Amino acid sequence: MAYSEQVIDHYENPRNVGKMNDKDGSVGTGMVGAPACGDVMRLQIKVSDEGIIEDAKFKTYGCGSAIASSSLVTEWVKGMSLDEAQDLKNTTIAEELALPPVKIHCSVLAEDAIKAAVADYKEKQTKK
Amino acid sequence: MWRELQYLIHNFLPAGLQMDITQSYFEFLGLPVSYQLDQQALSERARELQKTLHPDRFSHLSDRERRLSVQYTAYLNEAVATLKNPLTRAQYLLQLEGVDTFSESRVQLDPMFLMQQMELREAVESIPDADDPEAEIEEQLQVVEQQMQELRQQFATFCVQNSPSALEAAAACVRKMQFIDKLGREIELLEDQLFDD
Repeated sequence: MAYSEQVIDHYENPRNVGKMNDKDGSVGTGMVGAPACGDVMRLQIKVSDEGIIEDAKFKTYGCGSAIASSSLVTEWVKGMSLDEAQDLKNTTIAEELALPPVKIHCSVLAEDAIKAAVADYKEKQTKK
Repeated sequence: MWRELQYLIHNFLPAGLQMDITQSYFEFLGLPVSYQLDQQALSERARELQKTLHPDRFSHLSDRERRLSVQYTAYLNEAVATLKNPLTRAQYLLQLEGVDTFSESRVQLDPMFLMQQMELREAVESIPDADDPEAEIEEQLQVVEQQMQELRQQFATFCVQNSPSALEAAAACVRKMQFIDKLGREIELLEDQLFDD
């Protein structure tokens, strides 16, 4: 299957690959997976006191589309408020990367990952 | 599609070659619907059916009938392959109960399990830099096999309990198996890359 230029770009030069300290109260971690293809994705955000996402990191074990989707999301969410990040839609990701229908679920995974990261951060805040 | 094929079989094949492909793979192969599989019975029954479907038996028949025998063989091969593999056998059993784990997305997964999967994949990723990659690969493959065995046992236990919660627990087992199966294939791929030039 032919990947779009955007996917290849993110696949060959993934942005923001890495890991943040999950123990840090300003870090939210989203772990998601897709059993059908065995992909696992970790997406982390670092949030300022004002509720703005200052940094984002990801690590994805999966196909090119899954890597590109999570890479793109980490680029996009930097500078966003938590609400904005939570409203990110997989269709926007899929459109930007020109994902074919069979790869739409990869963008869904990335959307779920950022939602899970925001939820994790918020849960940490309430426990403070 | 298979119902249509069954119709064609019924109408165009001689009586001696009739088989019911609208049955489940288990029934088609004359096996009990169970996760516990008698591998020998499966092989024997598959051989019998293959003999029945041998192209020589169809050579005197029309093109249409010969095409049918080819489709028929495809069905048989699919049935055997699905039941032989412990993961697809489990998935098939779930499918018979109305749970499709072959292509589902957006399912709730245990975060601890995902975390562990992430760590295992990271460990596999660093194998090429290890002092003894071969030993590392062996070790990781053992981890995979051990986890698979545990999950297979759990699945078998849940499988025989007839309750919605047991069905859900069985599905959760299968989802874990899918990740571990992928991990195992990744390790084997790496093994090929590292040692089979």
